[in-house]
Amino acid sequence: MGAPFLIGEKMTGGYGAADILHDCTIAVEKGEIAVIVGPNGAGKSTAMKAVFGMLTLRHGQVRLDGEDITAFSPQARVAKGMAFVPQTDNVFLSMSVEENLEMGAFLRRDDIRPTMARIYDLFPVLKEKRRQAAGELSGGQRQQVAVGRALMTQPKVLMLDEPTAGVSPIVMDELFDRIIEISRTGISILMVEQNARQALNIADKGYVLVQGANRYTDTGEALLADPDVRKTFLGG
Amino acid sequence: MNGRSRSLWVLAVVGLLYVAVGVLQSWPLALTILNDGLIVAITALGVNMQWGYAGLFNVGVSGFFALGGLAVVLVSMPLDPQAWSAGTPRLLVALVILALVIFAAMRLYRVLGAGWLRIVSLIVFIGVGVTVFRTVFNPAAKAVEAINAAVTGNIGGLGLPVPFSFIVAAAFAAAAGWAVAKIALGLRSDYLAIATLGIGQIIISVLMNESWLDRGVKNVVGISRWPVPEEVRLQKQPWFIDLAHTLGMHLTTTSTVFVGLCFAALFTAILLVILLLAELSLRSPWGRMMRAIRDNEVAAEAMGKDVKRRHLQVFVLGCAVIGIAGALFVMLHGLFSPVNYNDALRYTFLIWSMVILGGSGNNLGSVLGALIIMLIWDEAGSVGPHLFALLTSPLADGPLKTHLINSAVEMRLPAVGLVLLLVLRFSPKGLLPER
Amino acid sequence: MNILDAIVVLLNYVIIPATSYGAQLALGALGVTLIYGILRFSNFAHGDTMAFGTAVTILITWAFQAAGITFGPLPTALLALPLGIAVTALVLLFTDRAVYRFYRRKKAAPVILVIVSMGVMFVMNGLTRLIIGVQDQNFADGQRFIINAFQFRKMTGLAQGLALRTTSVITLLTAIIVVAALFWFLNHTRTGKSMRAFADNEDLALLSGINPERVVTVTWLLVAGLATTAGVLYGLDKSFMPFTYFQLLLPIFAAAVVGGLGNPLGAIVGGFVVAFSEVMSTYAWRMVAAYVLPRSLVPGGLMQLLTTDYKFAVSFAILVAVLLFKPTGIFKGKSV
Repeated sequence: MGAPFLIGEKMTGGYGAADILHDCTIAVEKGEIAVIVGPNGAGKSTAMKAVFGMLTLRHGQVRLDGEDITAFSPQARVAKGMAFVPQTDNVFLSMSVEENLEMGAFLRRDDIRPTMARIYDLFPVLKEKRRQAAGELSGGQRQQVAVGRALMTQPKVLMLDEPTAGVSPIVMDELFDRIIEISRTGISILMVEQNARQALNIADKGYVLVQGANRYTDTGEALLADPDVRKTFLGG
Repeated sequence: MNGRSRSLWVLAVVGLLYVAVGVLQSWPLALTILNDGLIVAITALGVNMQWGYAGLFNVGVSGFFALGGLAVVLVSMPLDPQAWSAGTPRLLVALVILALVIFAAMRLYRVLGAGWLRIVSLIVFIGVGVTVFRTVFNPAAKAVEAINAAVTGNIGGLGLPVPFSFIVAAAFAAAAGWAVAKIALGLRSDYLAIATLGIGQIIISVLMNESWLDRGVKNVVGISRWPVPEEVRLQKQPWFIDLAHTLGMHLTTTSTVFVGLCFAALFTAILLVILLLAELSLRSPWGRMMRAIRDNEVAAEAMGKDVKRRHLQVFVLGCAVIGIAGALFVMLHGLFSPVNYNDALRYTFLIWSMVILGGSGNNLGSVLGALIIMLIWDEAGSVGPHLFALLTSPLADGPLKTHLINSAVEMRLPAVGLVLLLVLRFSPKGLLPER
Repeated sequence: MNILDAIVVLLNYVIIPATSYGAQLALGALGVTLIYGILRFSNFAHGDTMAFGTAVTILITWAFQAAGITFGPLPTALLALPLGIAVTALVLLFTDRAVYRFYRRKKAAPVILVIVSMGVMFVMNGLTRLIIGVQDQNFADGQRFIINAFQFRKMTGLAQGLALRTTSVITLLTAIIVVAALFWFLNHTRTGKSMRAFADNEDLALLSGINPERVVTVTWLLVAGLATTAGVLYGLDKSFMPFTYFQLLLPIFAAAVVGGLGNPLGAIVGGFVVAFSEVMSTYAWRMVAAYVLPRSLVPGGLMQLLTTDYKFAVSFAILVAVLLFKPTGIFKGKSV
């Protein structure tokens, strides 16, 4: 196997004077799911944002399919095939579900209907509510809209920042199932998760971050089996 | 260049500018502009307290300024026994009724639960209350307005010396400021701006239309300026004639300059007192807390500071200072002309440009900004046409050229606007940055 | 007692004037609300933008009139309006590039932008004074009435005559067309939807590849159209004086806040709420009462809540009521 499809390598940087990330490396292979877990304040979301170009790196680089994209703006990365679902404020509340999806496809000039149909297949409830404003949906449904909007760009990599924050366990399982389904279509998935155990369960690769640095990196399965990881991060 | 020496430099330059006007044009003109400048400097101090200390947006300055002027009329104009017997007591009763109606309506709103009953009963109550108020008020107002309509036709004043009115002016403006702040503070910053814009316009409408109160558009003239002497009286004093003679100056000019200097001395004294108090308050724990709140409202609130209360305090204080400036303005001109204040560009937004130019949060900066802008503003009238004549000299004589030269004085508006935009863009901290 | 005459009086002095005034305020408030939604500040220069656009349109109207071009029974100003809008749009775009863009890039606080808009207000105001002066200008031509009071009385035999002025009808029709076009644009075009998306959630709009500069440019173009149209209609209906336009700022803001700042539908409803409240509370109802009530019950007074000098107080009262009880407006606006 060659270099990973998307890799943020030895990233060091932060928002202001102080660095949050220290030599942190995150990567995901084509069609696989990579999960970033770790305690509060470990820099999980920051690592994700760094990969997406939302903060400037002092060291390290980000490569997509072998191309160095470190200097690209987030918008340029969207055009390159990366999609990002923020943790909060990730839908257009005042717009209908369908309009949300249309906005996701804003840059596309081709026929977007097949993609939209696939998203409605993936999340049938959205089809039902496609004329309703996203602000009127439940938390779990909104997350579906958010993921759907991101998929409308036909991304090669989908990045999710805590997609299950604030949803019930049942909805969480459902969402994870959908995420697996998405990855099977060949889309790489990189996500940050609070619910470490469930997330590692579906992960091909897991990254445990502590204070902005890699602590453990392995397959999801191996991390779940690792007694140290269990004891420190998964509550026994 | 540190803060202090920078302040001194700017101060010196501003002083030189005024001296230049005196030498190149005339001393009475320099003093006229200086006195206008000192008054707006006090106004700008008030605005700076609200904006610079607390980040509160007041664009109703003209209204609070006009209220200060009203205080002078009500305090210093002579008692009018005729008006008093014709209707003044009834007017006061009517106003008390109105206040009671408003107060009771507010109580009623709180007592009744939400729903149609509350809305209907409030409308009925206010309707009845206003009708009662009107039946007492209208005939009384008419009666007062009928008395000697060409000269007074209003309730007159208390016949007290003008300086008493400064306190009343502060109180009037503070009360209006309190009311508007109670409503709009705590909402987003733009809302306070819009609300103050409204209260400003309403105050001026009231002053223009309630002729029983202040003669409205007919203006109040002949307002006392004690302790500053009158020119005509000075010109008759032997010692003054001697003085003019010794100086070798024209008697009228000497009196104008002398009176101008008296005003300048009085205004400077008041300005310095307010400036000193403002500086002391800014350095007190209260001032530090104010700035802490401005810089990070959320953190201050989390630390248990009562942000809304502090904002209310500083807003009311700022309005009071603006009110005092308004009183001085009326005293200087011996005239209360409500229509004047309608020019919000001159009486509100111009003040803002002074505060921004001087440096938000810096009291001395506001004062110097005021003196500079006032100079530009007043000089645009006398220098502007000449400048335009020079600029348009290549043009052939004709209606366009005449129109341009005649519009020259209007060019002070875009000039001030441009100064404001340039400062905001290239030197947002202003001439004297906040320390 | 004569209900029909009462209705005619009501139409003449309340419903028709309030409807056209409401339409003018609505167009003005739409401009304010669009700027608020997209650029996120309250534009104090809006009244002066309206005045500037109207002044330019008046100049073009005069040029047309001098060249003998008229619009038949309609005011020539309507022919000049598109050109007036184009000039205003150029000026607004220039202002944006020269002034506002810098603060947008810096992500300056909204309150700074409000102060910046005060500077722009000064400049615009001065420009207007320079090109047209401060005097009152009446530039309405064409046919004055669709129905005049005399004809109406002869036609119906009623004591009261209904006067329907051309400008009232033009105001309403133009406003309907403009608003319909605006809503169609916002709801059915890609660019329009991207504007709504940008107003709703700027960060997510960026993530979706929406170009903010393009959204801002389109916004200013729309604002130029709305402000100039509002100003010209107001000027045709009443008369043009730069100062009056500055004073319109308060009712326009009141309308936008009542409806919910940032909400276009709210701006329209707000415009009519403010206009009707203003006209109804400054109208002397005695004439209506005289036709409706038995003679013995007709009150002696004018039955006027406020004199017209206090019409601003009405806008203010509405504004205060909204701020006190429902700061987000009738329709949910962007924020408190």
